[in-house]
Formats: sequence, structure tokens, C-alpha cells
Amino acid sequence: MLWDALTLQLGYNATLVAIGATLLGISAGVTGTFLFLRKRALVSDAISHATLPGVCLAFMVLVALGGDGRNLIGLLVGSALSAWVGLLCMNWLTRHTRLAEDAAIGAVLSVFFGFGIVLLTVIQTMGVGRQAGLEGFLLGSTAGMLWADAMIIAIGGAATLALVMIIRRPMTLVAFDAEYAAARGHVVHRIDLAMMGLVMAVTVVGLKIVGLILIVALLIIPPVAARFWTERSERVVLLAGLVGGLSGYLGAALSASTPNLPTGPIIVLVSFALFAISLLLAPVRGVLAAVLRHLSFQRRVHIRQGLLALAQGQNIYEPLTLRLLRSAGLVRADGVATEAGRARAAKALRDEKRWEIVRADQAHEATAALYDGLRDIETVLTRDQITEIDRQIGDPRGVTP
Amino acid sequence: MLELAADQGVSIPEDSLDDSPLAIRGLTVSYGQKPAVFSVDMTVQPGAMTAIIGPNGAGKSTLLKAALGIVSPLSGQVTVFGKPLDKQRERIAYVPQRASVDWDFPARVIDVVLMGLSGQLGLLGRVRFRHISRAMDCLHRVGMRDFADRQIGQLSGGQQQRVFLARALAQDAELYLLDEPFAGVDAATEKAIIAVLKDLKTAGKTVVAVHHDLATITDYFDHVFLINTRKVAEGPVAEAFTAETLQSAYGGRLATAQIDQISRALG
Amino acid sequence: MSGEEFVPLSLTPLLIGTFAAIACALPGNFLVLRKQALIGDAISHVVLPGIVVAFLLTGAISTWPMMLGAAGAAVVAVIMIEAIRRLGQIESGAAMGVVFTTMFAAGVLLLEQTDTSTVHLDVEHALYGNLESLIWLDAVGWASVWDIQALAGLPPELPRIALTLAGVCLFTWLFWRPLKISTFDEGFARTIGIRTGALGMALVIVAAIAAVAAFDAVGSIIVIAMFICPPAAARMMTNRLETQIAWSIVFAVISAVAGYVLAGYGPLWLGAVDAVSAAGMIATVSGLILACTAIWGPCRTRTGAPGST
Repeated sequence: MLWDALTLQLGYNATLVAIGATLLGISAGVTGTFLFLRKRALVSDAISHATLPGVCLAFMVLVALGGDGRNLIGLLVGSALSAWVGLLCMNWLTRHTRLAEDAAIGAVLSVFFGFGIVLLTVIQTMGVGRQAGLEGFLLGSTAGMLWADAMIIAIGGAATLALVMIIRRPMTLVAFDAEYAAARGHVVHRIDLAMMGLVMAVTVVGLKIVGLILIVALLIIPPVAARFWTERSERVVLLAGLVGGLSGYLGAALSASTPNLPTGPIIVLVSFALFAISLLLAPVRGVLAAVLRHLSFQRRVHIRQGLLALAQGQNIYEPLTLRLLRSAGLVRADGVATEAGRARAAKALRDEKRWEIVRADQAHEATAALYDGLRDIETVLTRDQITEIDRQIGDPRGVTP
Repeated sequence: MLELAADQGVSIPEDSLDDSPLAIRGLTVSYGQKPAVFSVDMTVQPGAMTAIIGPNGAGKSTLLKAALGIVSPLSGQVTVFGKPLDKQRERIAYVPQRASVDWDFPARVIDVVLMGLSGQLGLLGRVRFRHISRAMDCLHRVGMRDFADRQIGQLSGGQQQRVFLARALAQDAELYLLDEPFAGVDAATEKAIIAVLKDLKTAGKTVVAVHHDLATITDYFDHVFLINTRKVAEGPVAEAFTAETLQSAYGGRLATAQIDQISRALG
Repeated sequence: MSGEEFVPLSLTPLLIGTFAAIACALPGNFLVLRKQALIGDAISHVVLPGIVVAFLLTGAISTWPMMLGAAGAAVVAVIMIEAIRRLGQIESGAAMGVVFTTMFAAGVLLLEQTDTSTVHLDVEHALYGNLESLIWLDAVGWASVWDIQALAGLPPELPRIALTLAGVCLFTWLFWRPLKISTFDEGFARTIGIRTGALGMALVIVAAIAAVAAFDAVGSIIVIAMFICPPAAARMMTNRLETQIAWSIVFAVISAVAGYVLAGYGPLWLGAVDAVSAAGMIATVSGLILACTAIWGPCRTRTGAPGST
């Protein structure tokens, strides 16, 4: 069953949904990356909640014009308009009042959403049964997706993606260093608005599939997951698109293969699974790698400190230092240095003295900046340089016990 | 220095450490994979004014923050008047470097100074007239009495710095730790602050300040602590603040002309 | 309107709405000042999985397990956000976004997977509650306020939210000074021995409890609005924390009362027959108040260039 779904053999509707979700995932991941890099991920939350009054108003207008109110394009235009108004409110609040961005986001999302709910209850009283489907915009509904709906999503997603590609350079620049971007002549405020506009477009396109609450996940989770794997912004963009598309595709397939699995939540959970894998296992930024690195670093610090204390005849009080020295065979159980320990200690102290010379000497300025108490001097200086330094220190005296 | 004295037990007598207002042993603090402070020992002399000096990024502020428990060290111990830090909080006051607070916070100058009295007030103690008058007195000592009703963000940088010093004064501590109290302040503020610090010293308090202006060390302080990730030198200004220790702390980063100037000033 | 009509039909929803608004606005002041306003948003989203899990475990719609479940979910969410932020070095907004959307999705999935159609548990209810239905049928007029028998018929949401409000007030009063100091200057708070981490967590838990109790009565949308709008509007009115708190309470009360009245009677005045969602209207009114203060508030702009010399 799942295999059938993954190879798009579960019938017309399931195939439409899978293709639509994949496209949506890609464009949400790519667009969301710029939001994430600009440290404004949750702006998407405000934008998505602010679509609700627009959907309701558009529905009311459509009904007033004599339609049945279910025209997807009409509803999406309405949602885009109200999201844009919400965005402008948010921007105004942060620029012209003392409110920080988080408060502005929260205010806009709750007030717009609350107003949307007021309108929803108005619609419920307008004429029985007519409002069917509007709740679908809260959580998405793929059950009755039509060819036309899928086309709208595909075209909308592709258009957004194309626009992102066109303005990706200024957006990256602004995300990295807004002041520098301004100095280069970019109007930061406008680029920000363009970025939000794109986010809004993705949100509106995604309303039908995942709904307004969960579209936020598709805008945030893929970039966050992608960030773990690379330090280069263009690769984050690509990877986020990949994670988003994969989540959309796998999620849609999974949900089609089993009854009672709503598409939106499954897509979000798949993307979270990809995020969790990245968080734990990514090679450099991943948690596992970081823990291992920290442990080995701590070990180096304690051993080095212990050796220096040994060399200078000071007592070692830290139990961890003692334990590490003991397990490395550098001190005996009673805390007295072993032969190897004494040799290493003398070497550590000598290195420290060498560093002292290096750091006091203007000629070695670049090298001196590398000092961190741990680095072996052999890794930064040549044999000859070290010999020269040793000559300044004088004869080795301390190595004999 | 290279003599290996491992088994001879040449360690400093414990008692002298214990009385010190601030004693640090084997302190290592790192941000990520690079130690900012490596294996540093420090013993602050009671009743002295000590300057912590060193080049940029040498770990001066980190040393102070670790001493206060604001950043947690990778190894090492800190004692304050011979006891662990946690039991001695009320004996320390700290003035941060250009405090990283929300200057838009709804608080007036007097409110900020009153925060320094929270140790006396406890959880539920009411702010009474004597508390207010004590806070006003502290503001008076830093020359900010007339600004008590201003919102904290409405002051200039130097005035804000003085308010934070007043808050520390209100704590009525025995050990004052200041992080770059003179950085980026106007001349009037610098004068006001140093006068207050000298008063504290006269009253028998201990003052430790991170400082970066080598030209004023001899005028302002009587002890120095030179650091560049590791400790370079420690002691009375006359002994520890020399061309040689400066050279070894600042390395190539301090122009030779500057060192000459300082050593001339030192005589 | 006479007491005979007002007391049974409107008094309890009004009181519940007002108490919920104040209980959220109080911790909201500190959340807004700490730039953690969206913690309220996150909490209100994760309440859904919390109550669904509680329902699955107990098999019944009973209040206390559900409130426990919701509070538990809030704590789990906060811990996860903190863990992702620290372990992954991810900015807190993004970490929040990852956590609450995932938990909300899990809640929706669980809801769809289990047969809750027989009981009144659905996403819409979770979002906007049903304040209007919390009526006091045993009341006959103002006299009932003194009538033990009639009081026994009060909707249980009322004593619950009143208790929660009392708890929130107690917390704020008890920890006023440490809260104020650690919100203003966390580094200083730590040097005088305030356990800022624990206090921050306690604040979030109190906010979560307020959110859960309010959510139980009025749905999550009010919760977010009340956490943020009244404190944000109060920010524009004053430069003193004490005064700000007072303003935020005033605004919360106005939002709750005006929102409820407008939702119930507004459509009638306009000639329509049915009321609209009270929760949505309360949020809308709070937004209007915020808009007014943002335009006319005496302290609406930032004071000076922050920290410039």
C-alpha cells in the first residue's frame, strides 16, 4: 500500500495531492529559509493566522455576488489581502512603537484570528450548510482536491520559487548583515516586505493542503533542519527545499496509504522526524558531535591544567582532573606523578614558557593570536623556530626530576 | 620558573587565600572550543583597588563574570571571603559593562537603585521612606540625584553607568566588582565614578575593576592583575605594572612607544 | 436588562471572561517585557495534544485530567524549546515554531485517529471555546448570588478560573521583586542570588496554568490575545512597571466586558438575529485597544536611542 502510494499508484486524487504537497514543501522550505536566516521565523505564524478574516470576507463577498462561495481563487485572493494587511500592521507596530517584534507578531496573529472567528460565526448564521469547507482552511483538507486546485497550487508554488530565485541575493545579504546591505544601497525595509510577501504567497497556496496553522511548520522546520548540515546559505536553501519537498511527498503518500491519516499533520510530523535526525546526527552542528567534542575538549583542558600544576608543584584539588590524569597513567593513585607524568608535565611547562616568548614577541603576532592554552606549539611553529625560542629560554633545566 | 618542584609541595599557605575578598584557583572558562580564561589564579588584596588589565579578548570580563557565577567555568574554584560564592552574595556588588538591559524597560532611575536594596527588603518587604532616602543618597553620591524620576532610557550612556554604580552602592557590599566602568563615558562621569571608588577604598571596601586605559592605572589603582588568557602578573602597581609585564601581556599589540611612555611615567 | 435575565445568562460568562483575561494578562506583562510573548502562543497551541492525550489515557472527558494533560504538554513544550535552542543553537523563535507546530500536528492526528466524535472534543472548540454556553441556569436574579443552592449550580469553569486567577495573583505578589529585577537585568539578578532559570521556568508554568484554565473556558485564541494585547497596550501608557500592570488589567477587563457585550448584542443592534463568537470578539476588542494606544498612547515610542552615549 505504502509502496503504491510512494510510486503514485493510488489513484488520481492521491497523486494530485502528492504532487501538490511536494511542490508546496519545496517552495515553503526555500522561502522559509530566508525568514529563518533573518531570525524572523515566527513572522510566518502571524501571516498565516492573518489569512482567516480574508478567507471569510472573500466568502461573504462571493456569496453576496451570487456564487456559492467556494471559488478557491477568490478565497485565496481574500486571504492574501488580509495577510498583507496583517503584515503591514505588524511592521508598523515594530517600526513606530516600542513593541518588540515578538509582541507585534502575537498581537497581529491573535487579533486577526479572533476577528476571523467572529466572521466565521457570522457566516455560520448566513445560510445553512453554505460555509462547508471554510473550516478546512484551519487544518487543510485534501479529500476533495480538484485538478484546478492542484493547478493553482502548482502554479503558485512554481511562481513563488521563481521569484525567490530572482531576489535571493539581496535577501541573503539583508539576512546576513542588514546595515551593510543598506550601505550597499538596498532598501532593507522593502526587501523585508518582499520576503514577507513571498512567505505570504506560500502560506496562501498552502492553505488548502495543510491549513493555516500547520503551514507555519513547513516554513520553519525544513530550514531549521537544513541549517544543521551546512554553513553556506545557498546550500541551506537547497537542503531546505529538499527537506520540505521530501516531507510533502512522504507525508502525502503515507496519508494516502492509510485511512484516517490527515495529510497536513502527517506532513508536519515527517518534517519533524527529518529535523530530529538532523539535530542529533548532523556531523558538525549535531548534538552527538557536539557532546563528543565537548567531552574531549574538557578532557584536554583538565589534563593540561593538571600537568601544569604538577610541573609547578601545586596541589590538584579538582577530582575530575585527578581522575583523568590517573586514567591516562600520568599520576599514581596517591596523586604523585608517574615517570610519564613528570615528563609530560615538564614538556607542558616548557611549552607554556615557549608560548610566553612567542606572545611577547611582536614578530610572532599572528601565531600568538592562536594561543588558547591547549594548542601544541609544534603545530604552529617550525622546528627551527622552536629551537630559536629554546635558545632564548636557556638550557633545559626542569626535565630532571 | 622551570624548576620542577613537584614533590616538594611548594604551595602557597592556605590561610592567606582564605581571608582574601576574592580568591580564584585554576579557573578555566571557554566559549565553545576556545578557552577565554585558562587556568588562572587570582588573590585580591583586602582594602585595595585592583585593576584587571590585558588586551582585547584577553578574558578580563570573563574572569569577572566567572567570579560572580554569571558564566559557568569548565574547571576551577572561586571563594569570596573564604567561603563559596553562594553564601556570600550580599557581600558583593557588581557593575556590569554598559549593562545589557532593555533600556526601554518601564523603570525609573530610583526604581533601578532600589533594586540594589532587594537583599535587605527580602521577598515581600515594603519599600519605606528610609529605603527611598538611602537610594536617593546613593544617587547623590554619583551626582544623579536630580534624575531620580526619569525613565532609565532617557539618560545618556555615562549617566546610565552612574545609576548602575548607585545601585551597587545601595547594596552596601564589601567587595565591588566593576566591568570597564570608564568605557565610553564622558569626562564628568569618569571623575564622578573614580571619586566614588576612592571613597569606597577609604571606607575599607575592596574594589576590583576591569580597566583598559593604561595611562590612568597609576592614578586610579594600587594593585594590578595582568591577564592574557593566562595570568601574566599580579601585585602592587609598582611591582607588577612594568614595561616587561606589559610587553608579555600585550605582546605585539601594544606599540613600543606606548610602553616607553608608560615606563617613563612609572619612573 | 433586568437581573432576572442578566444573572443567569450573562453574569457568569462575563465573570469567566474577565477572570480569564486578567489571569493571562498578569503573566503576559512579564512575558512581553522578556521578549517571550510568543511563549503564550506556543503554549496555547500545545494545549490541544495535551488534552487529547489525557482523553486517550482516561477515556473520558473529565476536567482535571485534561487540565493536567494540557499543563503537562505546556511544560514538555517549554523544555523542548529550550533543549532545541541550546543543543541546536537555534534562535528561540524558530525553536518555538518547530515545537508547537509539531505538537499541534500530533494533537490533530491523535484526534482524528481516535473516535472522539461521540464526545464534544474538536479542534474548533479548542480554538475558540464556548463562552456563551457557560450560563447559570439555577439563578433567578441577583438574589441567587446569596443562595447556596443556586450557587451549587454555577458552571464549574467559574470557580476554576477564579481559583487560577487567585493563584496567578499570589505568584505575582510573592515574587514581584525577583520577577521585576530578573526581567530588567538578568545578570544582576544572578549576582544577588536570584535563581533566574528557575524563576523563568516558574513564570512560564504559571502562564501555562493560566492558559489551560482560560482555555478550558474560553478557547485558546483569547489566551494568546490576552497574554499579549493588554500588556502591549499598557506599555504605551506608562514608564512604570506598577502602572503598566494596572493598565493591563484595566484593558483586559474592558476587552472581556466590551467583547462579550458586542458579541452578544452587537449583531442585534445591527439587525441580525444571532450572536457571534464572544471569544473572537474579545480578541478583536483587545486589538482595537492596542491600536488606539499605539496611535495615541503617551509612551508609545522607544525612549531615546537605546544605550547610545
